[in-house]
Amino acid sequence: MEPTTIGRRRVRGARRRRAAWLGWLFAAPALLMYATFVLRPLLLTVQYSFYDWNGVTASTWVGLDNYRQLLTDPDLFASIVHAFELIVFFSLLPVVLGLVIAATIRGIATSRLALVARTVLFLPQVIPLVAAGIMWSWLLSSTGLANELFSAVGLDSVTRAWLGDFDTALPAVGVIGAWVLVGLCTLLLLAGMSKIDPALYEAARMDGAGALREFFAITLPGLRQEIGVCVTVTVIAALASFDIVYIATQGGPGNSTMVPGLEIYYLAFSEREVGMASALAVALVILVLVCVLPIQRLTRDGSR
Amino acid sequence: MSLRKARRPLLTAIAIAGLVAGAACSAPGSDSGTAPGNTGAAPATAPTCGAQPITMKAYFETGFPLPKRLTDEFTKQFPNVKWDIREDQFAVITQNAPRVLADDPPDLMRLPQVSELAKDGLLKNLDGYAQAFGWTSWPASQLQQMRVNANGQRGDGPLYAMGLNFSMTGIFYNKKLATRIGLTQPPATLAEFDTLLKKAKDAGLVPVNQFNGGGTGGLAFPLQNLMSAYGEPGPINDWIFQKPGATIATPANLQATQHLERWVKAGYFAPDLNSLDYATMMSRFIGGKSVFIFDGDWESGNLDKQMAGNAGFFLMPPAQPGGKRAAMSAPLTYGISTKAANADCAAFFLNWVATNRQARDIAVEVGGSHPMGPAGAYMPAVKQGTVTAGTLEAGATIGKDNGAMDFIANATGAIYAKSWTPQLQKLAAGQQTPDALLKTVQQDYEKQIKG
Repeated sequence: MEPTTIGRRRVRGARRRRAAWLGWLFAAPALLMYATFVLRPLLLTVQYSFYDWNGVTASTWVGLDNYRQLLTDPDLFASIVHAFELIVFFSLLPVVLGLVIAATIRGIATSRLALVARTVLFLPQVIPLVAAGIMWSWLLSSTGLANELFSAVGLDSVTRAWLGDFDTALPAVGVIGAWVLVGLCTLLLLAGMSKIDPALYEAARMDGAGALREFFAITLPGLRQEIGVCVTVTVIAALASFDIVYIATQGGPGNSTMVPGLEIYYLAFSEREVGMASALAVALVILVLVCVLPIQRLTRDGSR
Repeated sequence: MSLRKARRPLLTAIAIAGLVAGAACSAPGSDSGTAPGNTGAAPATAPTCGAQPITMKAYFETGFPLPKRLTDEFTKQFPNVKWDIREDQFAVITQNAPRVLADDPPDLMRLPQVSELAKDGLLKNLDGYAQAFGWTSWPASQLQQMRVNANGQRGDGPLYAMGLNFSMTGIFYNKKLATRIGLTQPPATLAEFDTLLKKAKDAGLVPVNQFNGGGTGGLAFPLQNLMSAYGEPGPINDWIFQKPGATIATPANLQATQHLERWVKAGYFAPDLNSLDYATMMSRFIGGKSVFIFDGDWESGNLDKQMAGNAGFFLMPPAQPGGKRAAMSAPLTYGISTKAANADCAAFFLNWVATNRQARDIAVEVGGSHPMGPAGAYMPAVKQGTVTAGTLEAGATIGKDNGAMDFIANATGAIYAKSWTPQLQKLAAGQQTPDALLKTVQQDYEKQIKG
């Protein structure tokens, strides 16, 4: 990035210019890959979204028709609502739990238990999402561990096929997502905590602050950036969720867990409406940006 | 990195991407799908695989041993033919079919619903082969589902695919459990079947463990069986074949859907119906945890092995005594890409599967279903009392009653995943009425055909 900045500030000076070009030369391979595999598909998706196309034969230009249909189809709208409901499970739960767990682990930082806890909590991140989805669909099945535990404590009345019930399928999918993401958040927040100046804690303790006060007065403000990263990553995971839902419920029962990512996939590969699928994809990108950019601004500005 | 600093490289990158994408700036897709000469003219002599070494490119469905056993036997008889086989799950094949047929054309491929593929010019017109090999003299119903006219409607027009055998669906039952509810011979009417379901429920058994979870609405099996009990298969086929003006929301179908709703409300299906997948259904049935399941004869061979002597099969009984019987029956569809390099050899193979003795033996033993081919052709001997014998016999009844129907899930490429499955799951959960279910499916159907 450096040569560009210089090149921008001082346009004159042949040596500087040569340096700038040299910089571009070094960046070229990466840039080319990025352009080919990220920007090009992105632009093509935008292009496809203006066509009615089945993916194989000739396409027809339809202008903004796909977008118009997007705004009027109640099924598509419902899937976007589901994605927002998932934010509770994918973002709120992991970040809050992550904070609590990270603070606890930090309290026992020197013991062996902390290392074990960190490893165990991060494990879900290492497991492929597909495997996590399959494992959880067993745990949540009518004869799964979840129901056995409920029966064991006399709660037979709540046992059910969690992923096959209209009321519980979406929360059940959310729990899987929370389980996957809580480890990531914990680790990020732990790293952030280790950056906070210990002198601050000492000072607080001298002023007579308790653990709770310490947490809210020092830890939480000090973690502003890390929390920002956690929220950003998990909100994107919620809005663009696909793998977990596809494995656990495939959008069922009765579309109660349908999310935009899955809808795009069905539109493109089962209904063969590549144009419509592209339009929804573009809308999803915009939706993610609209949600994530304010979070970025909110958590960045304060730290400067 | 602030936004201002980032702007210039970002613009440059976009410009580069624009250049890279430049070639694709024209409208996506092309008309090249239809290769010239896909007219289905009959060749002068019946095609063969020749005598030169040849490698056939094939794309099969994972989990079903039949095609592999057939190609092995074929290579034994015609050693110059080798097979290069790629396998995927059916859902993957369904999603890949258009692209694979267009970009990486196999000589022989397991196909999903063919109407859109044929309309897009991706499948070879097999009329010429049908004439050369004499497929035209086979019972017309065997090939009807694979004929597609110029508008993409099935049922008539040129032949675009061929079956390895044709399957039959109905009701499988556990013989040991059946004796506990007094089932000694198949029910003759729907009312008798209702009584059996009730007896099973009262005896504390799970009457039916039917899959209906995730993306697979398995209640479509009993629903279509009930549709044929209340009505005729003809109008159902018209709907599936996309005949103009056809509707699924008929009075007979409404009665059928209401009947299904009564079964759901009476608790005849497992309580975790909406999270049951196909594999779980099979393992529960084989494990003796279900009296009945609605399924097809592709499981006959499997059940004869895993529940030897303990599994039985009957067709859905009619609503009225002495009424005709109907069943979903469909060929195990394989097609040839328009751009296939060895189309002649693929056609020769398909003909061999239907006419060769060993091939017909394999079709029954491994596939469990009736082979394709002329009416009086050789049939392998099947042990009496097996499920396979039961399903083959049922096939004869269906032939006599002219009761073969395609599956309502095959009406359009997306009707099963996007319409039947969510609607049937809602019905199972008591969140949809029979009337609204049929009307919604009809709406989706019309939208999908138009789109």
